[in-house]
Parts: sequence; C-alpha cells; structure tokens
Amino acid sequence: MWTYEKRLQHPVNISETNAKLAKVIISQFGGPDGELAASQRYLSQRYSMSNRRVAGLLTDIGTEELSHMEMVSAIVHQLTKNLTPKEIMDQGFAEYYVDHTLGVYPIAASGSPFTATYFQSKGDPITDLCEDMAAEQKARTTYDNILRLVDNQEVRDPIKFLREREIVHFQRFGEALRMIQDDLDSKNFYAFNPSFPCDMNVK
Amino acid sequence: MADTDKYQLFHFIIATSFVLDDLRLFLDTHPTEMVALEYFQSVQTVRNEAVQKYTNYYAPICSYNVAPSDDWSWGNEPWPWEGECK
Repeated sequence: MWTYEKRLQHPVNISETNAKLAKVIISQFGGPDGELAASQRYLSQRYSMSNRRVAGLLTDIGTEELSHMEMVSAIVHQLTKNLTPKEIMDQGFAEYYVDHTLGVYPIAASGSPFTATYFQSKGDPITDLCEDMAAEQKARTTYDNILRLVDNQEVRDPIKFLREREIVHFQRFGEALRMIQDDLDSKNFYAFNPSFPCDMNVK
Repeated sequence: MADTDKYQLFHFIIATSFVLDDLRLFLDTHPTEMVALEYFQSVQTVRNEAVQKYTNYYAPICSYNVAPSDDWSWGNEPWPWEGECK
C-alpha cells in the first residue's frame, strides 16, 4: 500500500503563469517518456523480478516517480492557474482548454492522451531492466529539451532537480542489471528469461 | 516569526527526506555499505524528530498522524501543489 505525505519531494513555487511552457512540460506527466509511464512501468515490472532486492529498487523508484508526477502536475497547474480566456487564446492553450478547462490531464506535448503502450512489463528481468535504463535516458533527454526552452528560474529549478533524478535512477538500474547478471550461472547465461526458466523447445 | 519557524522546519523536513530518498535507492543496490547505513540512521533520527515537531506545532504531513478533535484538520492547510506564490 501507499501513504501520502502532504509535501512535494522538491518545492514548486511559480509566480507567473505561462501556458506555452505548460503545454510542453505536460509531456513529462502524460507523454511517452513522462513520469506517469515511469511509475507504472516500474510498479508493474516488480512482480516478476527474480531478485528480491531489485524488486525493492523497482518499488522505491516507482514510488519516487509518483512524487515526480505530482511535481510535474504542480508545475503545469501553477503555470496555468487563473488564466483568462484572452491569455488562453494568446498563449495557444485553447485546444487543451476546450477539453480540460484548467484541469491537469495526462497528455503528451503533441496532444495525444496517455497510453499504457508507452511502457512494457515483459516478465524478463534483463529485458525489463534494459528498458528501464533506456527510459531514464529518454526522460533525461526530454528534460534537456525542456531546459533549452525555459529561462524562468522558478520553472528551471524543479525541472533541473527532476533531470538529475533520471541520472541517479539510470545508475541504480545499471547496478540492478549487474545484480541480475550475477545471479545467472553457466546453465543459463543469457540463454533464457531468468524469471521463466525453461528451455525454448516445445515439450 | 512563527511563520518563519514553520517555513524553516518544513524545508528541513523536505531536505532531510530527500537525503533518505536518495540513500534508500543507493542502499537497495549496496545493502552492506556501512558509511551509507550510518548516514541513513543519523538523518532518519533528525528527520523523524522534525516531522513529529511539525505535526505537533503546525499541521500533520501524513494523515495517519491527524489528531481528531473538533474538526478533521487534514484539509485545512494548503495542498503542496498550490505553491507558496499566491
């Protein structure tokens, strides 16, 4: 189960609205490399993770991703709070507004709604951890791209924090992959899925 | 002044919690690293004290620690996504 703490992992305090920025940053909530996909990826994968410590890592990183989803949502919320209809039109937010008003809804910057096809839970620890390492790099690249578009320090600060977490998670997943590899032996060295250990011939 | 104390204590909780968040992941893959284990324990102690103090003097951070009195206070304070810029 989970409990909620009434605080953000890192503060988000934005004093000026800017719907143009909200429109690109929302991708890190509901986009292909966003925090919603990240949290669901890790929290789904942990059940078939053969190494108990790595299952713990997936639980803890998946949980942290939920708090990142909350931070990204807070950024979007504060960037769009109390926008007037004129600001909505002038800042290119009308397409979002007509469907969601100023509610926070998981979509990509392009407007596509969130889909579970953004992530995989393959039931193979090596496959899943390779996906996880790639996912952290893709999210880091997305934050790099966002930082090139934003000069407001109040927005940059939490985005830079989130970017750094992608790098830490990538490092931890690399160590986890090594732990899985250390569990392999000469009978199954990259031969089969270590969580489904039977050979590939029809019985 | 009370608001300054509250703000500082809240940010102390955020900072120490983050130390534990980062150390937790490190310890998941380095479970016998003594320096990290000791660091976790020392920060855990001051963090828990700060949370208890904040809960007692200002407001609960976790709903398990709400003290039910005349009203249910969980929704009295602003939610964290509201931000401090009004």
